[in-house]
Amino acid sequence: MVVAERKPIEEILDMIKEFDKVLLTGCKGCVTVCNAGGEKEVGILASALKIARKKEGREIEIDEITLERQCDPEYIDQLEDPISKNNYDAVLSMACSVGPQYIAKRFDTVLVYPMLNTSFIGGSLEHGVWAEFCQACGSCAIHNFGGLCPIARCAKSLMNGPCGGSSGGKCEISPETDCVWHLIYERMSRLGQLDKLGNVVMFKDWTTSRDGGPRKIVREDLKQ
Amino acid sequence: MRLNYPTNIRIINVPCTGRVDILHLLKAIEDGADGVYVVGCLEGDCHYLTGNLKARKRVNYVKKLLEEMGIEPGRVEIYNLSAAQGPRFAEIAREFTARIKELGPTPVRAGGKAKEKAA
Amino acid sequence: MKAGSNLEKMFAAGHFAVTGELGPPRGADAGHIHEKAKYLKGIVESVNVTDCQTAVVRMASMAVCRLLLDMGIEPNLQMVCRDRNRLAIQADLLGASALGIKNVLCLSGDHQKFGDHPQAKNVFDIDSMQLIATCKKMRDEGKLINDHECEGIPKFFIGAAVNPFADPFDFRVTRLKKKIDAGVDFLQTQCIYNMEKFRTYIQQANDLGLTEKCYIMAGITPLKSVGMARYMQKFVPGLDVPEDYITRLKGVDKKKQGDEGIKIAIEQIQEMKEMKGISGAHVMAIEWEERVEEIVSGAGLLPRPDVS
Repeated sequence: MVVAERKPIEEILDMIKEFDKVLLTGCKGCVTVCNAGGEKEVGILASALKIARKKEGREIEIDEITLERQCDPEYIDQLEDPISKNNYDAVLSMACSVGPQYIAKRFDTVLVYPMLNTSFIGGSLEHGVWAEFCQACGSCAIHNFGGLCPIARCAKSLMNGPCGGSSGGKCEISPETDCVWHLIYERMSRLGQLDKLGNVVMFKDWTTSRDGGPRKIVREDLKQ
Repeated sequence: MRLNYPTNIRIINVPCTGRVDILHLLKAIEDGADGVYVVGCLEGDCHYLTGNLKARKRVNYVKKLLEEMGIEPGRVEIYNLSAAQGPRFAEIAREFTARIKELGPTPVRAGGKAKEKAA
Repeated sequence: MKAGSNLEKMFAAGHFAVTGELGPPRGADAGHIHEKAKYLKGIVESVNVTDCQTAVVRMASMAVCRLLLDMGIEPNLQMVCRDRNRLAIQADLLGASALGIKNVLCLSGDHQKFGDHPQAKNVFDIDSMQLIATCKKMRDEGKLINDHECEGIPKFFIGAAVNPFADPFDFRVTRLKKKIDAGVDFLQTQCIYNMEKFRTYIQQANDLGLTEKCYIMAGITPLKSVGMARYMQKFVPGLDVPEDYITRLKGVDKKKQGDEGIKIAIEQIQEMKEMKGISGAHVMAIEWEERVEEIVSGAGLLPRPDVS
């Protein structure tokens, strides 16, 4: 899933300092799963912002709505009604950064603000802990690395690691960070595939990654 | 035992402190409470095993959130005691009331007043 | 001869080679280079010029290499993959060759997290292994990565670094072999202090016949003080400083600890000279260039043989 986290309250307060009435929108997709922007987090943020603004002596009215998803136009349509009936100063989105972009695209003259920082494509390690697993390079080759991704999980994206900074299974950048190449080595060893690691992996083609420009997938069988 | 404790405290019963949500605490602050505290069972004695431990984490989360907003985190708290500790309950009520008196009225209400005055 | 550099000739003639290292300044003062480099002239075959080492902005390695050439000192151009994509890397390699630089050291590069611009975006389009392959393809096939033929083929003596002390230890020799497969001609090791572990490593390399396929230079950094030794031991990942060296430094007067460090370095080089599979020493005297002569001389390696 896309993993995100809420922006600091201070930054949000500064974004909305001119507004007196806003619509705060959540998303029931990835950001609900990673506890960053679902219905519950919408309620908490709305309350926190109201508290802070009361304290400043300038109360703010916040309506809350949580959409099924913010990355599909048909759900964004559900904002039509509240936005047309209320005179919101701005719409705040607690989706990943796709959400506010979709809202902005759908509502030409509405100011839209992101409430989250979209962090990475990852998964949860335990309740309340998430880690990065994928960098969306567009040409997955993890089967060559024991099923682990050196592009996303090695600090230097090395294709032929581990580098000289691998120490005790940890990466030189932080004792909190596993050296993925150490993990690859151990797993390939268990799989009896260490010989595969003996070959030099040559240049990666990054055209499928962000480096080829913004990407798009078209499925003619599904398109209408 | 007929123990006395400050009258400014309003008690809201919950089946377990594990039921106390972040939003419950926030709403109390939002609506102008000067402070809000959770009284749970002793750690390790939760009938539902971890209810009071979860409550503590939520209280800590709200403390951090208040800090982010420039509000004293001491306005929320969690205490643990057993049902047999009546005197301790009254003592906590006095302790917390004293702490809040020290902190003064909530800035959430004061902010509104400041605006009225300015107007 | 692949590039015909001093360093290559020294190896080819069967001599125990010595290289030095120079860190460019954090400014535009060429005088700084002249000051430091003069201590190395005639003492070592060639001098590594670091490429924004520890991810700190310093004068460009290639420019400093050229300044060294002007002083009559042979440079080893260090090149990292952190700051350049394959376009810039190949462009720089062509430029380096045109400037007369013959030795290139291919490195991944320290992560910028610990540098002076931690906010920077890193590149890592290719890695050190692929950088070696790039240099080799340019030299041996006269082609760029995309198979475009070079007009004017760069001739490089290709180097790289190995760290025998990083983990997992058992994979280190495999990685050495991969660098040879990628096309490396010589290798310099990370600073060696744990001699026992190093002997095991070289033994493994000898057993696989790897030391006959490239020249391995033992990395030597003299310890200036107990403080430096402790720092290296604790804070430099993949560096192994055994307690007995620290005890030895502690055993002498504080003012004499530097001298003791030099003595240790000399002993290490003397052992390396006799070690099967070791073809030279890479002396990295960090901010201590003026003592390199003493080390090389103490190890009985002066004067340097003339191979030109």
